[in-house]
Amino acid sequence: MAEDTFLTDDFLRQLINVGEVDILVGLPTHNNAKTVGSIVKTIQSGILRWFPRERAVIINADGGSRDGTPDLVTSISIDDVRRGPNPYALRTLHSISTKYATTPAAPAAFRTILAAADLLQAKACVVMSPESCSVEDEWISKLLRPILNDGFDLVTPTYRRHKFEGVLVTNLLYPMTRALYGLRLREPYAQEFGFSGRLGGEFLPQNVWDDGTAGGGIELRFTLSAITAQHRICQCFLGQKDHIERRGSDLVPALRQTVGPLFSALEPDFPFWSAATGSQPLLTIGPDHEVLLDLIRVNRKRLREMFAAGVAELATVFQSILSPDTLAELQRVALLGENDFDYPAELWVKTVYEFAASYHKSVISRDHIIQALAPLFRGRALAFLTEQRNGSAEDVENCIESLCLEFERLKPYLLQMWKSRE
Amino acid sequence: MREMIISELSQAVQELAKGFAHYLPRLIVMLILAFAGWAIAYLVKIVLRSILRLIQFDKLSENAGAAQLLTKAALPSATEVVSRFVFWVVWLGFVLLGVSVLGILGLQEQIGKFFYFLPRLFVAMFILFVGLLAASFFSRAALLAAVNANVPSPRVLSLAIRSIIIVFVLSIAFEELGIAEQTMLVAFGIGFGALMLGLAIAFGIGGRNLAERFLEQRFVRAKKDENEDEFSPL
Repeated sequence: MAEDTFLTDDFLRQLINVGEVDILVGLPTHNNAKTVGSIVKTIQSGILRWFPRERAVIINADGGSRDGTPDLVTSISIDDVRRGPNPYALRTLHSISTKYATTPAAPAAFRTILAAADLLQAKACVVMSPESCSVEDEWISKLLRPILNDGFDLVTPTYRRHKFEGVLVTNLLYPMTRALYGLRLREPYAQEFGFSGRLGGEFLPQNVWDDGTAGGGIELRFTLSAITAQHRICQCFLGQKDHIERRGSDLVPALRQTVGPLFSALEPDFPFWSAATGSQPLLTIGPDHEVLLDLIRVNRKRLREMFAAGVAELATVFQSILSPDTLAELQRVALLGENDFDYPAELWVKTVYEFAASYHKSVISRDHIIQALAPLFRGRALAFLTEQRNGSAEDVENCIESLCLEFERLKPYLLQMWKSRE
Repeated sequence: MREMIISELSQAVQELAKGFAHYLPRLIVMLILAFAGWAIAYLVKIVLRSILRLIQFDKLSENAGAAQLLTKAALPSATEVVSRFVFWVVWLGFVLLGVSVLGILGLQEQIGKFFYFLPRLFVAMFILFVGLLAASFFSRAALLAAVNANVPSPRVLSLAIRSIIIVFVLSIAFEELGIAEQTMLVAFGIGFGALMLGLAIAFGIGGRNLAERFLEQRFVRAKKDENEDEFSPL
């Protein structure tokens, strides 16, 4: 088996001691001492409350934490969370921590969790983010029930989000995966999700682990793999997720983790997405979105400056990536003022599709293509923020929906670019 | 007298004929070598061109910035230039081999030097090409990083990195060729030193504000917050 080659002997020994399980909760960590304690307690509480009869294990895959994160995970006793009317599990709840590497790498962490699930013959698994502060024990149930009771293979979350949170998801990841893969999956890059042991077992031997382009976006590849293999997928509304501080300066890593794997997946998945037409709704347990409208401060001036500077300074790079018409249009947009700024949906979709086609052909270094998208995304984000500054929840949803339809309408344009650049 | 002239003439003709008979096989060998060389060089050119097309050498040279140079000089594509160059080098090699068969004194040494020089020429060309690729890659990486970090004058930074790498690569290539080694070494030392000094002075005087901003952004969190976006991409 593939996992024989990379799991440590000590970890294997611990897994053998556990035996078979029904539920596996994966927790990838790296220096998360601040939050991991409360998350482990919530997970334990969720298992005690919702799955007292199931055999369960928590697997912590740690990327070389130096703040004692693994110790925190294994030291939290189940007695710490026994409270309420139904506090006793009928089975032993194991917590195992393993260091998969000395430096954090999301694919390696996920691979460790999948390998453990495979060895323990877990029926249902859930991966939890170690950074979230608003995890509720009910999330465990929401992500596992559809798998254990209804035979789903993948359960992705939907959240209550601020209208300006997750702009990359709403303006690129969701519309593009929806248009190409034909499924209205709101969170293709999920940090918390549930999956069946069968799906995990199928994904484990796939040749994605050494693909440098996957970077931290292995979760996205996993989701796309489930779609292309036509597994049963549903969404589940989890509620509000605390905003992880990810500022503008983190945009390039965010693009590397999401857009890079998405563009990279388009190559092996070409037969699937080139044949898919339109998009199908997905069964959603609870609402498929909720929007918060609180006021937040956005530095629009800086966004516009960085967009305009990017278009001007990276002209030579864009000449390799974009068509002359798209580049000329972008240069026109870059001259617009802050108040009348507009980056139309059609232009944005064409930009993204041309980037995807250029990525496919590797016209320049693929990482450089992803980095070059950052200033243009700032422009699109500015247009979205400006347009929806006073927008209601319905306005925001309509705007996202019309962008999705634009991505679907222009899909032949991507196919044309893809083939013309063969 | 007449007989003497005839005798001398016939002797000269005989010697000429003997000499010609002596050289004729060598000449034929030379011509055969030249012809076979042309055929082999042509074959090498065709095979090389196919390989270069297969590995998308044109795209590589485009990335390296070599394609733009060739276009400006009204030369064909990089694949065509390299395959033609190799054709001429291979053919010239065979022709010189043929010439050496003639046994002309003095030429042998020059031909030997040529063959000794060939590997160095190829190594120098390879260094130059890889260097151009590296210069293009790192200058673009610097440009993108500077633009995304909102550093002022990113193109100047990118150009400086490109220039430094190209100067460095040129000096290595010339050293490999053995052309004006000392001159190149001194020129490189002076040029590189001047560039570094210039950059240091420029950064110290002109970039005082930039340095201040950079250090503030790096170490003073409060200042950084004012400049950052408040929206979350994910």
